[in-house]
Amino acid sequence: MNQELRELYKYRELLFMITYRDIKVRYKQSIMGFFWAILMPILIVMSGVVVRYAYAMVSHNPLKTADIASVAVKSVPWAFIVSSIRFTCNSLTGNRDLVVKIYFPKEIFPMAAVLACLFDFFVAFSALTILLVFMKVGVSIYLLWVPVLLFVMVLFCLGIGMIMSAASLFFRDVKYIVEVFLTFGIFFTPVFYDVHMFGAMGKWLFLNPVAPILDGLAAAIIRHQSPELHWFMYSLVFSLAAFLSGFVLFKHLEPAFAESI
Amino acid sequence: MSDVALRMEQIYKKFRKGEIYNSLRDLIPALTGKMFKGDDLNTKDKREFWALQDINFEVKQGESLGIIGHNGAGKSTALKILSRIMRPTKGRMIVNGRLSALIEVTAGFHPDLTGMENIFLHGTILGMNKREIQSKLEQIIAFSGIEEFIETPVKRYSSGMYARLGFSVAAHVDPEVLIVDEVLSVGDFVFQQKCMDRIRAVIKSGTTVLFVSHNLKAVTEICQRAMLLDHGKILALGETDAVARKYLELGSKPSATLESKAAYISKVRVRDRAGEQATFESGATAWVDVEVTAREKVDKLAVVIWFTDEKDYIIFHTSTERLGYAPFSLQPGGTYKCTFELSLNIAHGTFHLVTEIYRYDIQKSYDRHDPATTVFIGSTTAVGGAVNCFPRLIESETAAPSTQSCEV
Repeated sequence: MNQELRELYKYRELLFMITYRDIKVRYKQSIMGFFWAILMPILIVMSGVVVRYAYAMVSHNPLKTADIASVAVKSVPWAFIVSSIRFTCNSLTGNRDLVVKIYFPKEIFPMAAVLACLFDFFVAFSALTILLVFMKVGVSIYLLWVPVLLFVMVLFCLGIGMIMSAASLFFRDVKYIVEVFLTFGIFFTPVFYDVHMFGAMGKWLFLNPVAPILDGLAAAIIRHQSPELHWFMYSLVFSLAAFLSGFVLFKHLEPAFAESI
Repeated sequence: MSDVALRMEQIYKKFRKGEIYNSLRDLIPALTGKMFKGDDLNTKDKREFWALQDINFEVKQGESLGIIGHNGAGKSTALKILSRIMRPTKGRMIVNGRLSALIEVTAGFHPDLTGMENIFLHGTILGMNKREIQSKLEQIIAFSGIEEFIETPVKRYSSGMYARLGFSVAAHVDPEVLIVDEVLSVGDFVFQQKCMDRIRAVIKSGTTVLFVSHNLKAVTEICQRAMLLDHGKILALGETDAVARKYLELGSKPSATLESKAAYISKVRVRDRAGEQATFESGATAWVDVEVTAREKVDKLAVVIWFTDEKDYIIFHTSTERLGYAPFSLQPGGTYKCTFELSLNIAHGTFHLVTEIYRYDIQKSYDRHDPATTVFIGSTTAVGGAVNCFPRLIESETAAPSTQSCEV
């Protein structure tokens, strides 16, 4: 594995080149350009606001700015997770010629897909920052948690992405199954709602490894507090395991790619 | 460091024929079927075949090896194993140094990016770093000959421009081992010549080259040694000329069985004064002996001979009838012999001699050997094309610009 990581490092320029290509092509093709990067987050935030408004009506608690800010802070990373996993599914099968004809470490494709989505994420996150400033959310030392949480999130996506890209190379229907999970995943993840709304039962929702990351982001940015440490550790370990097992599995299957694609 | 650039030791590669499970929808019922009914999972398709069997060869540093063989002989599989895209089922392989493959030279292109962007993208995919590409950028663009369109998205390129740009990038990688697979089919004649020159220059600079092509002429020109693959096995390995001849013999097996023919060509021989020969100097005289044997009574026959070049283009043909001989008839068991005298005013290259027994009035072919034999024409005169007009330069003069020419 050490040797494989070293080879990946040797090809780092290619990783950035493919990422650059993916970004460039996406922005060239759409008339909307950069608006594309914030379209999905905006839609998710808006549906979140609608859901929270309904909740506020039923519970007779007025909708607070902090609630909307919290929905927005969790929606943007969720949009990243959804689109990066979606793009990794096609990352190998969409580059058939390169998989079949030229040698280089093929994990570059799912990784570049995640990095290209990360670029979109930062565009959307910048827009979000401006929004948060207007909402007067404020700054605190806990913001130092944000890069740590984002790192865990990217690690998670890279791991799942490598597994899914290889799986969809061998089984063409994997991407449809993944799509179903991505569509309904939002209901099992605290994006629109908060875990504490469920009382004692809420803890079970944290078993979803994405939940502690999103909730942690909301905690650090909106509530100015640390994420729940043991659940953060759970997500970290889960993401590391996903990344490592994803990488090992990918490398194990890689020699068969050219024949099976 | 050893002087071996490439080595394959007992390489085997097995492929499955037909379909494999490529969706979970098919796989899961098959798996449950296996669990409950004890079905064999592999019953869907068990057939396998060996794409490569017991491949052993070695290429020394700076050497050039040609790989020839019919479609499906295993050439591409061998290259894919060498370039590490596929893993062999069994066997060991050594590659010393940076390897680059001129296989499908446009694989790295993205249609929406401009020519310039694609140079960087494709160059990086082929293993160059940014600084390297930057330093060779001028050369690459100049070689491709599409300077004016370099900022145009490549999806608007013609297929020839596309391929030229791809080859230009690939040709500037400067690898230690270069694999060339059928890239010469790209572009027009002039560009093909440019490619060949580039490959020759690469060989001259000491790069090890593996050259795969159906174009025997190109292989014989470029490679010192060649390897003939057939059905995944090495049939011949050695001097290019000898291997090329063996390859042609593979293709010249008579199509129909002899017994079914009323008359057949029983012997074809190309000779010079000394005897049977396959290599001739351009302009030399050759004699072609043809013998026809009849199994039944046949009438009004003629013997036709012609030469084709590497691309099956007929460059010359004649027949006994054209040369003024009356058609001949044969009784069962009878034979007919004729000899053509030819002045081989042909340019350097490989040419196939095809012979046929033909009856002109009813346009019936009794037997054809395609090719009956192959001749290699060597030439001391530097000419290209199919014929040799034996050119001599008798005047050469440079004129100074006349004083009236206006300066702009």
